[in-house]
Amino acid sequence: MSDRGTYQPFTYYQLMETSLRELLVEKGLVTDEQVNAEVAAMRARQPERGARVVAKAWIDDAFRQRLLKNGTAACEELGLEIPALRLVVVENTPQVHNAIVCTLCSCYPRVLLGIPPDWYKSRNYRSRMVREPRAVLAEFGLRIPEAVQIRVHDSTADMRYLVLPMRPQGTEGWDEARLAGIVTRDSMIGVAVPTIG
Amino acid sequence: MIQRGHHDMGGQPAGKVEPTEHDYPEWERRVDAMVQLLRGGGRITVDELRKNIEALPPDAYDKLSYYEKWISSLTQTLIQRGLITTEELGRKMQEVEQRKR
Repeated sequence: MSDRGTYQPFTYYQLMETSLRELLVEKGLVTDEQVNAEVAAMRARQPERGARVVAKAWIDDAFRQRLLKNGTAACEELGLEIPALRLVVVENTPQVHNAIVCTLCSCYPRVLLGIPPDWYKSRNYRSRMVREPRAVLAEFGLRIPEAVQIRVHDSTADMRYLVLPMRPQGTEGWDEARLAGIVTRDSMIGVAVPTIG
Repeated sequence: MIQRGHHDMGGQPAGKVEPTEHDYPEWERRVDAMVQLLRGGGRITVDELRKNIEALPPDAYDKLSYYEKWISSLTQTLIQRGLITTEELGRKMQEVEQRKR
């Protein structure tokens, strides 16, 4: 347990995973094929999916308005199913910068962003983000001007937030795919902003 | 007054955020997959899983990695649901461990 960054060939928890899985297969509760298919689907869920949503909102104002009104329904238009979850999209403006945290656990729109990174689930981020967001963002190298308000959103198990970042200047005339290329995972939870070059 | 749970850490003093990442190994992804499948099939709910993570003793909560917490909670939930028993799991773990040697 002392070195959590390295995974030994077979730890106690890996033993538990293998054993539980075999037990569930024996009982007919899951099949190995289902588990493998689910893992493959998980690998396919990458931040590029969220980036598509953001880029679309930047070039299509009607879509942007639908997205802000009902995030779940707007994502479904793009073929991105968000099962049983309410997705709330919050828009950055010159006056307001939004950021997301789940203080209680790890709730994050993984359908759009992939499995959350470790730091997002860390004690330090979860504890401090709601109290001193400006300081935390600065540690990430993101300095938000004092005049800009920072709004922090705390997720729950039943609803998720996605930040719609501001489209950077200098991207006029870019097509959707090129725009999507500058939208990072971290910019969609508000700890970074999209930049060009 | 209700005491704040160990998991309920919003606003508490804490250290610098280290933006660490690791590539999730297969066994962690399989834990995730089992959870999604059992949830999708209506065998367990997200709230049970959450409750069992929150019920971990504080030192375990802090020490265990994310998917170590998940596998602990998933196992506990399935036992509570009567879908598996501690004995069955214990036997299986012994069997798998011997096979691996």
